[in-house]
Amino acid sequence: MIPRHLILGVTVLLAITLGMSLYVWQMRGRVDGSDLSAANSQPVAPPVSGATEQVTLYVAYDDTGVLRPKPVRIPLPAGRQERAAEMLRALLNLYLDKFSPHPLGAGSEVRDVYMVDPGLAVIDLNAAFADNHRSGILVEELTVVSLIHTLSANIPGITRAKILVDGKERDTLAGHADLSNFYDVPAVNQVAAQLQNTQ
Amino acid sequence: MPLSSLGTLLPRILGGPITFNQNSRRLLIGNVAVHFTAQVSKTAPPKLVINFTAPVNPMIATEPGKLRMVFTHEAVVAPGSQVLTFDSKIIPSASFQENNGAAELVVAASVPVIASFSHDGRSITIEPPPQPATPAQPPPTTAGPTAAGPTPASPPLVTTAPAAIRRYFAVVDPSHGGDERGASLTGQLAEKDINLAFAHRLRQELETRGLSTLLLRDGDSSLSLDQRASLTNSAHPAIYICVHAASQGTGVRVYTALVPAGIENRGPFLTWDAAQTASQVLSRSAGALLVTELQNKQIPARSLIAPLRPLNNITTPALALEVAPPSDDATQLNSPAYQQLIAGAIAAGLADLRDQLEAGR
Repeated sequence: MIPRHLILGVTVLLAITLGMSLYVWQMRGRVDGSDLSAANSQPVAPPVSGATEQVTLYVAYDDTGVLRPKPVRIPLPAGRQERAAEMLRALLNLYLDKFSPHPLGAGSEVRDVYMVDPGLAVIDLNAAFADNHRSGILVEELTVVSLIHTLSANIPGITRAKILVDGKERDTLAGHADLSNFYDVPAVNQVAAQLQNTQ
Repeated sequence: MPLSSLGTLLPRILGGPITFNQNSRRLLIGNVAVHFTAQVSKTAPPKLVINFTAPVNPMIATEPGKLRMVFTHEAVVAPGSQVLTFDSKIIPSASFQENNGAAELVVAASVPVIASFSHDGRSITIEPPPQPATPAQPPPTTAGPTAAGPTPASPPLVTTAPAAIRRYFAVVDPSHGGDERGASLTGQLAEKDINLAFAHRLRQELETRGLSTLLLRDGDSSLSLDQRASLTNSAHPAIYICVHAASQGTGVRVYTALVPAGIENRGPFLTWDAAQTASQVLSRSAGALLVTELQNKQIPARSLIAPLRPLNNITTPALALEVAPPSDDATQLNSPAYQQLIAGAIAAGLADLRDQLEAGR
């Protein structure tokens, strides 16, 4: 005959197991119910502290193949590098928007911008930026010129620019725009002026 | 420490095999040697096919009766014998030597020969050039295909006899190729295929106007950007045109080079990444004229500057064309009539520029 205290012990253990199972099942249902869409998989930038300032972003428009200035007010930190990175992140937010005039692939991000004296800006993009970028001379050129011209128009003294992907040099952005060399910023500014003409 | 002791000392320090040739100043660390085999085919005319175990990109120079390939970046090593002899009167022998850190392969030939790359740079074929095409009388009609002359199966460089050198007016480069598909224009349509089809039409239109044209790739082969530039610079054409296609926008965009920063040409020596600098003015005026020609044919066209290799590595006037569809439908890029319309306009513009471009050589 099974002792009474053993029966009670097993019954209590079964009750606890059942209760725990119900609790875990309920928790799992809550996690599944929460919407983790692709849009939310983008990294969340830390909040920027600093006064809101007006900057001019040079935004690419695929429909007409042009670059247009767009004044925006964004919070900018004090440091030169951090300001540069924030400007480009503001530009990318436009490109990642649902109604983007120049869509970039999901997960595209500016990892960092390094300002190296004298006059060099190094823009470090993440792999998703380049890997998911559409291929074509104009579409890649619009991206490159938009990034570089936005920096040079808002931060004086930049004479050269280099674009890295995941901290490394890459031959092209998506098969066309050359990333292996340093960009001559005055020449890029001329291209930007050319791209602002619709003719 | 005597230099001759490196051969015994380095393997112990590095823990791996080395090959050290003191006389030629070549030190190969590890199993990096690139071997090759050479064979002359019995075809008429004969072809010397050299197969390498890794891709190569030699500097190629010519002199009467010889084609010289210098391997400065590849660890090409000698075959069994320094001198290779072949059972051919046209290409009787080749000799291998190492000197000043580089390997050199000299092919002797009794007639002018050309070299071409294939298999992603793993094979070099040396053969007499095809007979020049007889240019047709200037422009009859642009509609429908016209008879084009024989075309080399792959990119010719230069001939070995100056009297027989064929001077190409234009080098047309269908971009991408092989594993490199370029842009996906539609689900099925790859940029590399449209580029090739359009390049064929452009060559046809140019040759119809008496402008000899070399296609850098005539099939689905891949060439590196450096190879494309080397082949073009060796051919010394009056103009280089690389062909791209895109699904964005409409019409044709004509690009000239954006030369990178901080690179200068000093004296007679050209820096590889700024080789285009001296020809930039002529390239831009040629680009502007082509845009006008296209617009006259009611084709939307724009002239732009782009950071696009190998434009900046080309020593002669150089343009890139990005052909976009006539409307939102990218499948129209595949339309023969549309390709013919654009090719005809470009060829007409280049024919107008002929004297100006020839003068710039």
